[in-house]
Amino acid sequence: MVKEYHTISQVAGPLVFVKKTEPISYGELVSISLPDGSTKRGQVLDTSNEVVVVQVFEGTGGINRSSGVKFLGETVKMPVSKDMLGRILSGSGDPLDKGPPIIPEKRLEIIGAAINPYARDNPQEFIQTGISSIDGMNTLVRGQKLPIFSGSGLPHNDIALQIARQAKVLGEKEEFAVVFAAMGITSEEAQYFMKDFERTGALKRAVVFLNLADDPAIERLLTPKLALTTAEYLAFDLGMHVLVILTDITNYCEALRQIGAAREEVPARRGYPGYMYTDLAGMYERAGRIKDKAGSITQFPILSMPGDDITHPIPDLTGYITEGQIVASRELHRQGIYPPVAVERSLSRLMGQGIGPGRTREDHRAVSDQLYAAYAEGRDLRGLVAIVGKEALSDRDRNFLNFAESFEDRFIRQAKDEDRTIDQTLDLGWELLSVLPIDSLTKIDRKFIEKYHPANKKK
Amino acid sequence: MRGKISRVAGPVVTAEGISPRMYDVVLVGEMKLMGEVIKLVGDKTVIQVYEDTSGIRPGEEVVDTGAPLQVELGPGLLSSIYDGVQRPLPVLRDKQGDFVSRGVTAPGLDRTKKWKFKPTVKKGDDLHGGMVVGEVPEGNIVHKIMLPPNAKGKVVRISEGDFTIEEIIGELDSGHKIMMLQKWAVRKSRPYVEKLLPDIPLVTGQRVLDMLFPLAKGGTAAIPGGFGTGKTVTSQQLSKWSDAQIVVYVGCGERGNEMTEVLTTFPELEDPKSGKPLMGRTILIANTSNMPVAAREASVYTGITVAEYYRDMGYDVSLMADSTSRWAEAMREISSRLEEMPGEEGYPAYLASRLSEFYERCGRVNTLAGPTGSISVIGAVSPSGGDFSEPVTQSTLRIVKVFWALDSKLRERRHFPAINWLTSYSLYSPILEEWYRQNVAEDWNPLRLWAMDNLQKESELQEIVQLVGSDALPDEQRLTLEVARMIREFFLQQSAYHAVDTYSPLRRQYDYMNAIRRYAELAKKALALEVPLEKVISLTVRSDLGKLKFEETIDKDLKSILGEMDRQFSELGV
Repeated sequence: MVKEYHTISQVAGPLVFVKKTEPISYGELVSISLPDGSTKRGQVLDTSNEVVVVQVFEGTGGINRSSGVKFLGETVKMPVSKDMLGRILSGSGDPLDKGPPIIPEKRLEIIGAAINPYARDNPQEFIQTGISSIDGMNTLVRGQKLPIFSGSGLPHNDIALQIARQAKVLGEKEEFAVVFAAMGITSEEAQYFMKDFERTGALKRAVVFLNLADDPAIERLLTPKLALTTAEYLAFDLGMHVLVILTDITNYCEALRQIGAAREEVPARRGYPGYMYTDLAGMYERAGRIKDKAGSITQFPILSMPGDDITHPIPDLTGYITEGQIVASRELHRQGIYPPVAVERSLSRLMGQGIGPGRTREDHRAVSDQLYAAYAEGRDLRGLVAIVGKEALSDRDRNFLNFAESFEDRFIRQAKDEDRTIDQTLDLGWELLSVLPIDSLTKIDRKFIEKYHPANKKK
Repeated sequence: MRGKISRVAGPVVTAEGISPRMYDVVLVGEMKLMGEVIKLVGDKTVIQVYEDTSGIRPGEEVVDTGAPLQVELGPGLLSSIYDGVQRPLPVLRDKQGDFVSRGVTAPGLDRTKKWKFKPTVKKGDDLHGGMVVGEVPEGNIVHKIMLPPNAKGKVVRISEGDFTIEEIIGELDSGHKIMMLQKWAVRKSRPYVEKLLPDIPLVTGQRVLDMLFPLAKGGTAAIPGGFGTGKTVTSQQLSKWSDAQIVVYVGCGERGNEMTEVLTTFPELEDPKSGKPLMGRTILIANTSNMPVAAREASVYTGITVAEYYRDMGYDVSLMADSTSRWAEAMREISSRLEEMPGEEGYPAYLASRLSEFYERCGRVNTLAGPTGSISVIGAVSPSGGDFSEPVTQSTLRIVKVFWALDSKLRERRHFPAINWLTSYSLYSPILEEWYRQNVAEDWNPLRLWAMDNLQKESELQEIVQLVGSDALPDEQRLTLEVARMIREFFLQQSAYHAVDTYSPLRRQYDYMNAIRRYAELAKKALALEVPLEKVISLTVRSDLGKLKFEETIDKDLKSILGEMDRQFSELGV
C-alpha cells in the first residue's frame, strides 16, 4: 500500500512542497488527490530529508493544504505498443480519440538514455522531399534532426506537412511512420494537421500527441519525451523509419522557463534556465540511426522565432544542437513565394554524407555550391541597384542580378503538391546557371561542366 | 569511508557522514554512480554526479574512494574512444547495449592485452622522475614508457618481453616497481622542466590558416563562430591534416552524429606524413550534449591530461576542444545548482580563471625525459547568438594568441572556410617568419603582406562600390578588386570535401599565391600600356588559375601556368 501524505507546506506556481516524508527518490512519479476527488500527476524535482519538491504536470489549480500526495515508487514511464499507430493521444499520453485503451507491450522510461556514440550509425541515406530548396541546397538524410526556424504567420506547417507527405528514400517502398507531438499549439492548427493526415491516409501510420494551447503548460515538458519514447520503440524495437514532427519548441521552452522561475533558479539569457541547452539536447539527440538496427528517427522540430530573431536563445541553442536548420523567410513569403525557404541562411550539416555518386548525383555538391555563391552575389547587387539603378551595372553584374531573380521564382518557388525528383532539381539548377558566363562558374569542376552544362548537352 | 545521502537535486547530491577531500571521487547510492566532491559545508559534502540521478533517494549510501578523478595512462590510448571520464565507449556498448545506462565502470585501458616492451635503460642506471625506461610500438608511433614524475632511483632489474600494463617490468633501488600503467589526477597539470618559445608552425594544410593566420606548435587558438559557420568542419580538418604526431579530439557537449562521422571517416583517411591510418594517432573523447553534464565538465580535463602524457614522451600533440562553450555551460549549470552567486550571463565568477588554467596547460616544453614536446590547443567557441561580446568568447580571447573568426556573412555565400580575413589575427606570425623563410621560401612573409594588403584595400574600395557601382572606379582600382577576388575565391576558399583541395602543402600554397601575385604585376603593366581591363581579366589563364586547385596535377600546373601567363600577356604587348 502506498502511503498518502497530507503535509503540503507550500504551493508556488507549478510546484508543490511536501514535508516530513519517508526517503523519496529523485524523479519519482507523484499522484496528488484533490478535495474534489480528481487526481493530478507530478514528478519529484528535489528531494531531501526535510522537504520534497514536486512539479505538477496538469497545473496546481485546486490543490489545497489537505490534498493527499502519493509517491508511486517509480519514475515516469510510457506504455508502448504497435497498436499506437493511428491513435490520437493527449499531451500526457491518454487516448483522446474514444478508442480502446492501449494495451502496452512494454513500459519504457521517458527520459531516454543517450545513444552510445560508438553504437551510432552514420546517417547517409538521402531523403527526397521533393522540395528543390531542401533537396538541392540543404539535403536531408535519414536519422538527421533538421528544425524549421519560422516566425508567426509563416507557412511552416505547410512545409512540414509537404515533407511528411512526400518524403521518401529512393529505391525503397516503405513509407515513414509519423510521430506528431503538438506542444501548446491552437486547436485550429492541430485541426489543420489532423485533416491533412486524414486526407492523405497518413493517420494510419501516425501517432499523434496533442497538448493544446489551453492544456497545462507544464504538461508540455512531458509531451515530446512521450513522443520520442514512442518513436524510439517504433524505430529500434520494431524497425520502422520514423519521422518525428515537434511543434512548437518555443512553447516548450516557455514552459521550461516557467518551472525555472517557480524554483527561483538563477536564469541565464533572457530568463531561460542555464540548463536549457542540456534539456533541449536530451530531446534532439534522440534522433539518429543505430548500427545493426533497421529503423531510424528523423526529427523535424518546428520553432517560431520570437520577433524573427535568430539570435534569440531558443533558435540559438537549437541551432547548436541540430544538424542544420531550414529558415523561413518573411521577405520571400511577402513576395508570394512558397515555400519561403531562405536558402542562404539554411543549412544541412549532414548534406555532405547524403549526396554524390550513388546517393544523388556526382555533380550535386558543385551545383549547389555554385547556386549558393551566384545567388549570394545576385542578392548583394540588389542593394546596389537600389542606389545606382540597374543601368549602372556591368553586364556581368546584370547577369547575376537576373539569376537571383529567376532562382527565387523558379527554383525556390514550387506548388504545395509539386514533388520534384532530385534529377529535376539539379537539371533546373544547371538551366538557371547557364545564363551566367561559363568562366564565372568557379565552383564546378571542368568535367561536370563538360557533362552537364546545357550548352554542352545540346552539342 | 561511508556516509548517507541527505538531498538529491538533479546532478547535485548532498551527503552526510563522510569527510572527503575536495575533488575526491565518491560512489553515490546503491547503483554506485560516480561523482566528485565540489563543496564542503559544515558536515555536509556536496557532490556532482557524472550520471543521471533518477531513482536515487535520501538515505542511500555514499562511499568515499579517497582519490581524486584520475585517468589511466599507458599503451592502448591511441585509436580509443572514451566518454568524459575515460570509460571506453566500445566496452560500454558490449556491457550495456546501444544506450549508455548507469552505474557501469570500465577501466580506461585494456588489462589483458600484452604489449612488446623493449627496455632502453639497463641495470645500474640512475633515473629520475619522468625518464624513459623503454619503448612499446603503439598505433603510428613508438610509445615511450616513462617513470611516474615522483619516482626515482637506480635500476635494480628491468625485463624485455610481452607484458600487460599491470605486470611488473622492473624495479628501482628505491623500491619503486615499474609498470606500464600510470594514473594521474586530471585537474593537476603534469610537470615539465621549462616552457619554450613556440617558434615552429603547426602546419595545417589549410591555406587561409597557414599563410595568413598561422598557429605555432605549443600555441593556443580559438575558433569562435555562430552555429553553422563551420567550427566543427574546421576542427575536424585540423585534426585530420595538422602535422602533429598525436591528436586528441574532445567532443564536449556536441552532436552524437558528428562523433560518428569522425569514427567512420578517420579510419579510412591516411596521415599525410606517415601514410598510416589517421585513427592510429588519434584519441577521441566524446561526451555528447545529452550525456551527463558533470562528465562534460570533466571531459576537457581528461583530454588535456592525456595530451600532456604524450607530450612528455617528446611528441607534438594537438588538442581540439569542440566546444569550450559547452564546457563553460556545464560549469554554469553546476554552479547554478549549487546556488552560487553568478557573474555575467549566469556564468560563475571563476569562468575566466578556469579557462586560463586550462589553456595554460598547453605549450612547447623541455620534458622531464629530455626531448621537447608540445601541446597546441584549438578551442572552438560557440557564442550565444553569434555575439562575440559574450563572456566565454571574451575570456578566451584574453588568453589565446590566435583568433580565427568565423563569419556568418561568409557562410551565406558559401565562402569556406568562413574565416574572416579582416578580423582574424595571429600573434605568432612575427615569431614564425624565420621558420617559413628557411623552410619554404625566402619571400614568404612579403608575399603574405602583399595578400593582406590587397584584401585590406578591397574592403576600403568596396565601401565606395556600394555607393557608386564598380564601373565608376578607375581601371587600376578595379584591377585591385579583381585581384582580391582571385585571392578570395582561388586561394582562401578551400573545399574540405574535395579530395585534392582538402589539403594544401606549404610549397603549393606559396606557388599558388605567387602565381596570383605574378598575374597582378603583369596586369598592372598591361594597364600602364593602356590595354583595356576587360581584355586583361578575360585572359583564359586567369580562370584556369582558379580551376587548377581541383586538379590532381596542380603542382605541375602551377609551374607551367607561369609560362602560359607570360605568353598570354606578351600577346597583349606586355
